[in-house]
Amino acid sequence: MQPNDPILKLRDVQVHFPVKTGVFKRVTGHVRAVDGVDLDVRRGEVLGLVGESGCGKTTLGKAILQLVRATQGTVTYSGEDGETELTSLDDAGLFRFRKRLQIVFQDPHSSLNPAFTIFGSLEDPLRHYGVKTREERRKIVGDLLEAVNMRRESMDRYPHEFSGGQRQRIGIARALSIEPELIVCDEAVSALDVSIQAQVLQLLMELKREKNLTYVFITHDLSVTEYLCDRIAVMYLGKIVELCDAEDLYANTLHPYSQALLSAIPVADLDKKSRRIVLQGDVPSPVNPPSGCPFHPRCRYVVDRCKTEVPELRRFKSAKGEHMAACHLIDQPLAEQPLRTESP
Amino acid sequence: MTDANATRPRTRRDAQFDKIRDREAALAGTRQHTARFMSKFLNNRLAVVGFVIFAVICLMSLFAPLIAQHDPMSPNLRAIAKPPSAEHWFGTDKTGRDVFARVLYGGRVSILVGLGSALLSAIIGVIIGVYSGYVGGWLDWIAMRISEIFMSFPQIILVLLLVAILGQSLLNLIVIFTLTGWGGIYRMARARMLSIREEEYVQALRSFGLGPARIAYKHMLPNALGPIMVNITLSTAAFILQEAGLSFLGLGVPLSIPTWGNILNAAQDLRVLEQNWWIWLPVGATISLFVLSVNFIGDGLRDATDPSQQG
Repeated sequence: MQPNDPILKLRDVQVHFPVKTGVFKRVTGHVRAVDGVDLDVRRGEVLGLVGESGCGKTTLGKAILQLVRATQGTVTYSGEDGETELTSLDDAGLFRFRKRLQIVFQDPHSSLNPAFTIFGSLEDPLRHYGVKTREERRKIVGDLLEAVNMRRESMDRYPHEFSGGQRQRIGIARALSIEPELIVCDEAVSALDVSIQAQVLQLLMELKREKNLTYVFITHDLSVTEYLCDRIAVMYLGKIVELCDAEDLYANTLHPYSQALLSAIPVADLDKKSRRIVLQGDVPSPVNPPSGCPFHPRCRYVVDRCKTEVPELRRFKSAKGEHMAACHLIDQPLAEQPLRTESP
Repeated sequence: MTDANATRPRTRRDAQFDKIRDREAALAGTRQHTARFMSKFLNNRLAVVGFVIFAVICLMSLFAPLIAQHDPMSPNLRAIAKPPSAEHWFGTDKTGRDVFARVLYGGRVSILVGLGSALLSAIIGVIIGVYSGYVGGWLDWIAMRISEIFMSFPQIILVLLLVAILGQSLLNLIVIFTLTGWGGIYRMARARMLSIREEEYVQALRSFGLGPARIAYKHMLPNALGPIMVNITLSTAAFILQEAGLSFLGLGVPLSIPTWGNILNAAQDLRVLEQNWWIWLPVGATISLFVLSVNFIGDGLRDATDPSQQG
C-alpha cells in the first residue's frame, strides 16, 4: 500500500431523501442532498470538503460512514485485505469496517450522552470490539484522554462538567478509541471559539502524524481548510464543482462558485482590499435543482449552454497534481481579473 | 476574606457540600453510579419523606392482620356509624364494620391495582415505545396503530366486556388498566426517543456498529426516564381513583372486599358526608397521602437520575 493510494473511492454517490406530502404520505419529490459525487480519498491525506450550509457536505460524510445509506452509487474501501464495497454490505457485514472509519461531530453539546460518565460513554464501543475486562477498558479510556491532553481522572465525570473544547476533545478521543484509519470530521471545530479551534486543530494534526490517520474534513470555514488540508473539494447543491490541491485552490481558482466562496474570506489587512464577489439570490432548492449547471442561476459568467447542459468534472493542467472543475467555460479566459487584487 | 468565611454561620448547604467533598475524596476514581444515585436520592428531603410515607402505608397494609383488631368484613350491629373511640380508632361504618381495619385491608387491593397497573403499563409502554421510536419504519407504524386502537376503545365498554365474560375480579381490573394505560406511556417514550434519536451521540454509537436494542435501551432510555417516572406516579394516582369509580359501578372489585375506592363510595350518601366524617375522611386522607408520596418519590427518582444536578 502506497501512502497515496486511495483508501476510499466514491463513485456516483447519490443520497436522495423522499419528500412526502398529504394525508397518504405520497412521495412527491426527492431532496437531492448528494447528487452524484465521484471522489477518491487518498491514504494519509487531509481532504477538505467545503461548501455553504445545505450543500450536502454532512450527508456525504454520513454516507461515507454508512450512517445514511446512499440511494445510488458505491463507496469502496480499500485496505490491507483488498477492496470492499461498503454500500453493498448489510449491518452485520459492515461490522468489520466500522472499526476503520469514525466520525467527530460538530456540536459538542449533543455529541456526548448526558446520562453517562465519560467512561460510561466510551467503554461500550470498546466492549463491543472485544475488550473484556473493566480494568483494561479503564486503562484504554485513560490513555485516550491523555492522548487528547485531558486528565485521566476526567473519565469519571459527566459531560456537563466540561467546556465545549474539552467535550470536542473527548469526542475525538471516542473516535480514536477503536483505532480507525479514516476519521470524518464533521464541522469538528465550527462550534468552538477561535483560540480553542486552534488548539483542537493542532491536536488533530498531531494525532494524524502519530497514528497515521486520514481525515475527511467537512467545514464551511475556508481559513481552516487553508491551514489544514492537502486537497479540497468544493461542493455546491450536492455536487462537487471543484477538486484540487489546497494551495492550487487558493492560487488558481477555476470554478466561479469557488471564486465567490474564497472572496468571502475576511482578510485582516487594511491595505489589502479584497474584491468581494457577492452572489445574487439564494441556494436553489435541492428538491428542484436548476437544469444544466446547478450554479447557473447565480453565476456571473452564465451563457446559454450552462442552462441546458450539466458540466462534467474535467481535468485541468496544474503545477500540483490534478485540478478538477465542473464548468463549461474554463477553457475560455474566465478570470479576467485575478481574485484578490491589490488596490493601488 | 477568610474572616467573612469564618464568621458566616454554617448552613445546610455547607454541610451538604462538605459531605460531597468528603465523598468525592473517599471515592476518587471509583465513584459508583449506584452509590451516587442513592446519595442524591437520600439528599432530597421530599423524596425521603415520600418514601417513608409510602413505606409506612405499604407495610401497614401488608401486615394488616397483625395491626387491626377487627375483621374488616364482619359487621357489628351494636356499633353502627359510631365515631372514633378507643375500640374503633376510625369509628365504624353504617353496617358496623371497623373503618381502621377496612382502610388497612383496602390498601392491599388499592395499592396492588394502582401501582401494579401503572408499573405494568409502564413496562409494556417503555419496551415497545423505546425500541419502535428509535428504529422507526414499519415497526413504529404498527405499534402506533395498535396503541391508537387501544386508546380509542372506551374503557368502560372493555370493562363491561371482560366482567361479562370472566366475572368481577382484581386481575381483570389490572389487565384492563394495563391494556388501556400503556398507550400513554408508550407515546411519551416514543416521542422522547424521536428527539433523542437525532442527538449526535446516538449517531456516534451507530458509527461504532452497536445494535439498535443496545443503543435504544442502554444509551437512550436513561435520558428519557425523567418524564416516564413522573408519568408512572401520575397514573398510579389515576388508577387508584379509577378503581374507586369502577367499584362503585359494581364493575371493579366486589363491594364486599374493602378497597379505598369502596370505602370512599360510602360518602356518596349526603348524610354520611355531613354527619359521619370518620367514614370518608381517613380513607380520603390516606389516598391523598399515598398519591402525594408516590409523586415525591417520582420527583426524587427523576432528579437522582439527572446527572447535571448535584445532590
